[in-house]
Amino acid sequence: MNANASGCMENDERIHLVIDIVAKHKNSKGALIPILHEVQGLYGYLPVEAQEIIAKEMNVPISEVFGVISFYSFFSLNPKGKHRVSICMGTACYVKGSGPILDKLKETLEIGVGETTADGEFTLEDCRCLGACGLAPVLTINGKVFGRLTKDDIPVIIEGCKTEDGGIVQ
Amino acid sequence: MQLFRSHVLVCGGTGCTSSNSEAIMSELNQNLVKNQLDSEVKVVQTGCFGLCEEGPIMVIYPEGTMYCRVDVKDVPEIVEEHLLKGRLVTRLLEASSQVQEDNQDIEQSSFFKKQLRVALRNCGRINPEEIDEYIAFDGYKALAKALSEMTPVEVIQTIKDSGLRGRGGGGFPTGTKWDFAAQQVNDEKYVCCNADEGDPGAFMDRSVLEGDPHSVIEAMTIAGYAIGATHGFVYVRAEYPIAVHRLQIAIDQAREYGLLGENILDTGFKFDLEIRLGAGAFVCGEETALMTSIEGKRGEPRVRPPFPAVKGLWQKPTILNNVETFANIPEILLKGSEWFASMGTEKSKGTKVFAVGGKINNTGLVEIPMGTTLREVIYEIGGGIPNGKKFKAAQTGGPSGGCIPASHIDTPIDYESLIELGAMMGSGGLIVMDEDTCMVDIAKFFLEFTVDESCGKCTPCRLGTRRMKDILEKITLGKGVMSDIDELETLARDIKASSLCALGQTAPNPVLSTLRYFRDEYEAHIRDKKCPAGSCKALLAYEIIEEKCKNCGLCLKNCPVSAITGNKKEKIPFVIDPTLCIKCGVCFEKCPVDAIKK
Repeated sequence: MNANASGCMENDERIHLVIDIVAKHKNSKGALIPILHEVQGLYGYLPVEAQEIIAKEMNVPISEVFGVISFYSFFSLNPKGKHRVSICMGTACYVKGSGPILDKLKETLEIGVGETTADGEFTLEDCRCLGACGLAPVLTINGKVFGRLTKDDIPVIIEGCKTEDGGIVQ
Repeated sequence: MQLFRSHVLVCGGTGCTSSNSEAIMSELNQNLVKNQLDSEVKVVQTGCFGLCEEGPIMVIYPEGTMYCRVDVKDVPEIVEEHLLKGRLVTRLLEASSQVQEDNQDIEQSSFFKKQLRVALRNCGRINPEEIDEYIAFDGYKALAKALSEMTPVEVIQTIKDSGLRGRGGGGFPTGTKWDFAAQQVNDEKYVCCNADEGDPGAFMDRSVLEGDPHSVIEAMTIAGYAIGATHGFVYVRAEYPIAVHRLQIAIDQAREYGLLGENILDTGFKFDLEIRLGAGAFVCGEETALMTSIEGKRGEPRVRPPFPAVKGLWQKPTILNNVETFANIPEILLKGSEWFASMGTEKSKGTKVFAVGGKINNTGLVEIPMGTTLREVIYEIGGGIPNGKKFKAAQTGGPSGGCIPASHIDTPIDYESLIELGAMMGSGGLIVMDEDTCMVDIAKFFLEFTVDESCGKCTPCRLGTRRMKDILEKITLGKGVMSDIDELETLARDIKASSLCALGQTAPNPVLSTLRYFRDEYEAHIRDKKCPAGSCKALLAYEIIEEKCKNCGLCLKNCPVSAITGNKKEKIPFVIDPTLCIKCGVCFEKCPVDAIKK
């Protein structure tokens, strides 16, 4: 096995899928960003190996591929935890107290924004307006929405993720 | 065609979906089958009704009864009582009593009465995944009219006469923009739709795409005909999965019906659309940055002129309008420019959708004629401020905008009046703030946003906003000095003057606007080391008011760091030791008699 630090293996069959994805989009104009979206869907992030293949197949320097990836916050260079906890930092949520909720999340998970817990279970992110302002303040865990939060809900929700899939439904 | 005696509309917008409206739909369908009503009652998933606060929302027609905060457990009762026996489930009306007195039609409720839904006309009315429902409400009729009865010049003239201005920010006249692009001679032109709704707290574009995607497709096709383009792009945020999904369905259906593609409606006109996903960069809401992003590059803005209408996407003439602007187009062509121009104020015609959020009872989407006052929006449609608190200010235009203080609550809202007040229309986010919101903190919040989102191309924006944020942070920590205010003003002026795109040019606005109306709050932070709103943690000091204290001991019991001493039996008064207090606020929250002040 030829594994590197990011856990992406050279013999990984997903590499072929990356080549297919590039081939599918290559001839349309402005293809790079749609390709990156699909490849990130495949891995959950954009490993260096995949970037190299994209650059080679598209015949552009890898610096250009990396430059685009690092520009957009939606693209990630690192693997994410099993549970992606994303707290909305839109104005409506902020006014309704998402700041203290973020503090509580940091305290409970013992990580900062953008970090992943050592056991790979949780990644903490902040995001811009999910548009569920009626439920403010809100957070999502792997896309599932938890709304009208108070600080006291946080440990319960996090504990819920550990024990089973989901936790409490609001 | 099968006829139904009742239609149950369930909101499938993001807000209601987040509170489980899909499970409600499936439970509803099962219960209809169980009660053998499935051939008489039809369940329809619609877009957003607007009253997100009370979601998940269900409306039953023909009577127009609105049930709020519906739970899956409520569904059997609604089916048996309302649909089978014809009796109201008053329990679920009560939650919404403030918007719906005596079960009158929802159109007559205080939330909807003052609204005028043009851009949102089909949201909450049709199933967005069914093209036939859109067509039944005059969908694609405007396109047919344009292609068969009007010349491109006439289409543009109609839009010009209507007075429609861009709903995404600057308010540029839409018809004029189209005219510029139409006058260009080129083998290729493009129509782009800006659905990269980045203003935190605005979600009307998403709601239109989720609730009425065909209106945008139809309008873009009309725009293509008007300027002579055959290809269009919709640039949508990747964070809007439901909107992207429904838009793709709508595009596929339109192609199947021959409303997109070659030879549309047998007129020889061809036009097609593609979705491009954004990737989380606020600057891509700026028109030139958006186009650079569609080209597959880092979304950095370009110098204007040349304007996109001359050299846009891939250097070809391009028009870019936002979702809400497009959603108005079919109605204008069908009902005429005079009809549209009859709504609104002298220079701002038609309606505007606002996403009202923050400290307000009815959070949601409202569409009002231009010129409606802020008071009507907040107190009549919005139902006022929760917990009897005092209205302090409304923030519009997001990170580019400013705030409207309580003293200007009776100002009619339109493009000009907002600019005059130092705010701006922006995309229509309207965040309500009460007495507990600290204006310095809000300015800091927006500056943190712009620091994060500055693309880095221009130094004044990249470094200047960071410097402003640092100063604001210093002030909220109680370490500010009076000259900081002057420095903020100097920086603001320089950043505005020397940034390339609107992001930098408007980034200082939240600071300038709060300085204009709430300078005393800045000064209180700096001079008195006090946060008047009681929000900046570093400046808080919790204290127990002895006369009010009932010696119950709840604060002592809940204090996580044992900073409170006192004894009920021995009648030793309760006090907080400020050297131990971590200002967590638990005592303040738990005190049953409000004896703790901050």
